[in-house]
Amino acid sequence: MTVIKNGQPADSAWLHLTDEALPATGAITVSLDRWLKEKAELGTRIEAVGVRLNACDSLDTLVQDVAALPIVVLDMEAFTDGRCFSQARLLRDRLGYTGELRARGDFLRDQMFFLSRVGVNSFEFAEDTPLEDRLKAFAEFSVTYQSASDTPEPLYRRR
Amino acid sequence: MYQYDHYDQTLVNERAAQFRDQTRRFLAGELSEDQYRPLRLMNGLYVQRHAPMLRVAVPYGLLSSGQMRMLAHIARKYDRGYGHFTTRQNIQFNWPKLEDVPDILDDLASVQMHAIQTSGNCIRNTTSDHLAGVALDELEDPRPYCEIIRQWSTLHPEFAFLPRKFKIAISGAERDRAATQLHDIGLQLIKNEKGETGFEVLVGGGLGRTPIIGVVIRPFLEKQHLLSYLEAILRVYNLHGRRDNKYKARIKILVKETGTEKFAEMVEKEWNAICDQMILDQAEIDRVSAFFQPHPYETLPTIDPSIEEKKQTQAEFAAWFRHNTVAHKIPGYRAVFLSLKPHGKPPGDMTDQQIDAVADLMDRMSFGEIRVTHTQNLVMADVRQSDLFTLWEELRALDLATANVGTATDMITCPGLDFCSLANASSIPVANSIQALFDNLDYLYDLGEIRINISGCMNGCAHHTVGHIGILGVDKKGEEWYQITLGGSSSNDASLGERLGPSVPKSDVSAVVERIFLTYRDLREAEESFLDTVRRIGIQPFQERVYDSH
Repeated sequence: MTVIKNGQPADSAWLHLTDEALPATGAITVSLDRWLKEKAELGTRIEAVGVRLNACDSLDTLVQDVAALPIVVLDMEAFTDGRCFSQARLLRDRLGYTGELRARGDFLRDQMFFLSRVGVNSFEFAEDTPLEDRLKAFAEFSVTYQSASDTPEPLYRRR
Repeated sequence: MYQYDHYDQTLVNERAAQFRDQTRRFLAGELSEDQYRPLRLMNGLYVQRHAPMLRVAVPYGLLSSGQMRMLAHIARKYDRGYGHFTTRQNIQFNWPKLEDVPDILDDLASVQMHAIQTSGNCIRNTTSDHLAGVALDELEDPRPYCEIIRQWSTLHPEFAFLPRKFKIAISGAERDRAATQLHDIGLQLIKNEKGETGFEVLVGGGLGRTPIIGVVIRPFLEKQHLLSYLEAILRVYNLHGRRDNKYKARIKILVKETGTEKFAEMVEKEWNAICDQMILDQAEIDRVSAFFQPHPYETLPTIDPSIEEKKQTQAEFAAWFRHNTVAHKIPGYRAVFLSLKPHGKPPGDMTDQQIDAVADLMDRMSFGEIRVTHTQNLVMADVRQSDLFTLWEELRALDLATANVGTATDMITCPGLDFCSLANASSIPVANSIQALFDNLDYLYDLGEIRINISGCMNGCAHHTVGHIGILGVDKKGEEWYQITLGGSSSNDASLGERLGPSVPKSDVSAVVERIFLTYRDLREAEESFLDTVRRIGIQPFQERVYDSH
């Protein structure tokens, strides 16, 4: 996998587990379901553990835990499903989450600007993705009208 | 009207550049058809029966003469010399080439226009009253709020991939000319008991396959909370709207399945969490309102004797004055409808020459502005009475003075099978066949106000369910048949039409509609309108007349 984090190509050591056994070492992410089931055990791991959200996951069950998570991954199954955009805003603006918020799966280059505006600061791609091209996506707009997670003030207060 | 500053202009320029690159990548095979589709749709570009169709945004239907000239230029250069005005107060071009669309967007940007969010599952053009700012029954001009919502919704990062499209309408007048009860969100400017102006908020109205009349979820919303409340509604919808079935994905289904009360609770809960951070400043309302101040009107007498005399001596002018002009809040002025429904032509269409000529008339006689109505006509809203006769003569020469506004031949019609890939049946020929009943205009005037809406499929782009007479095209074993409904309305007394009976073949539609007219003429009381008659006597007498001897 290859990653853009905070507007720069970056390394990523996160291993995304489904229901396979925990590796002895290394940083891992698990689904919200698995996190809720195995929280006690996972919490004792020395290496970091992150949580992955599906579009249909409610954030209510994560309220207590989220502040301590080093990474939350939005697993996008279909780029047309826009629920993750609201999940991202709620994580940042409502739950005050300040860690890494990553988009993963089926998202388009053309959604990266919007994703960055709702608080996503990390993007995971297949190995052969031309990152230079993807980085351009953030610079397509220099003007934004409305407040969002990246800009708390709407344009009209800055005009 | 609103004028772009460098922020607005930069955003539109950047959007045009972004779309140019997206189209290049699509044509180069870097974007698949499935990936390109939502991107082009959010720039108003459909792929249609014959060619792509480009829908250009006309925010709340307001256009300047310079913008009209650019639309004429686009029709001439990239299309076949005409454009089609729509029920969302926008304009569509039916024949552009995909490769030309980036250039068209650049041309539009040069006159402060764009095609942003005219399609796709996002927040669409906010529509409003075509008489905003001049109507006698207006509490407050809704256009500043339309513009504020336009800016808030433009490239909103959170709401670009909603379950389905999302439409907002605002009315500031007593009579609802914006069909606010039939929108995903309807906003009605009202005064509360303290005398403050704010919004009554409706949600969950809509037409299409499942027509539903909207419900009030907040009786009074202070202006400062406008954007936070909209954001709360949209967030609840984005998270909870159905995505498993596109025919159940509109907010109306969510509201219906959740229940109004529970839905309102969810919105209020979300709103309480964000309202303090999203206050709409009075300074911003004032800044935007300054663009919609009254024009420098002259002080004129209420009645112009020369016009009164022309009305006495020229019957055709008098009919046009009666049907195609309405009162203005300033004495000596009238708002003038340009009928885009000349009998025998496609409703809502205008040629490049007509558009150019109208732009000149706007400059000479209406402060350089015009409005598109949701009934697919145009309104020059600020014409001196003393100019009316000259204007009538010039409009007549342009075939834009058919004195039929609000009558049975002023139909709302979708492009239908002739242009649209979704349609099951044609619309325009059916409209023309009904217009052909009226070689005698006295008959048309005698029938009074009748709204006939014709959709070529159940998506209902022509709002057939709220037509006083609704006509819906259906496919029956490869043949075009039509279902007729009676008694719909999109005004304050919004209602959905009731089905008259079995569908009828295309060749019979005009004869059926004529029987409906005759039934009304026989059974109406005194000055009773068509809609009132249907509501009083029900549809049974119409059924008997249409089907008994059919």
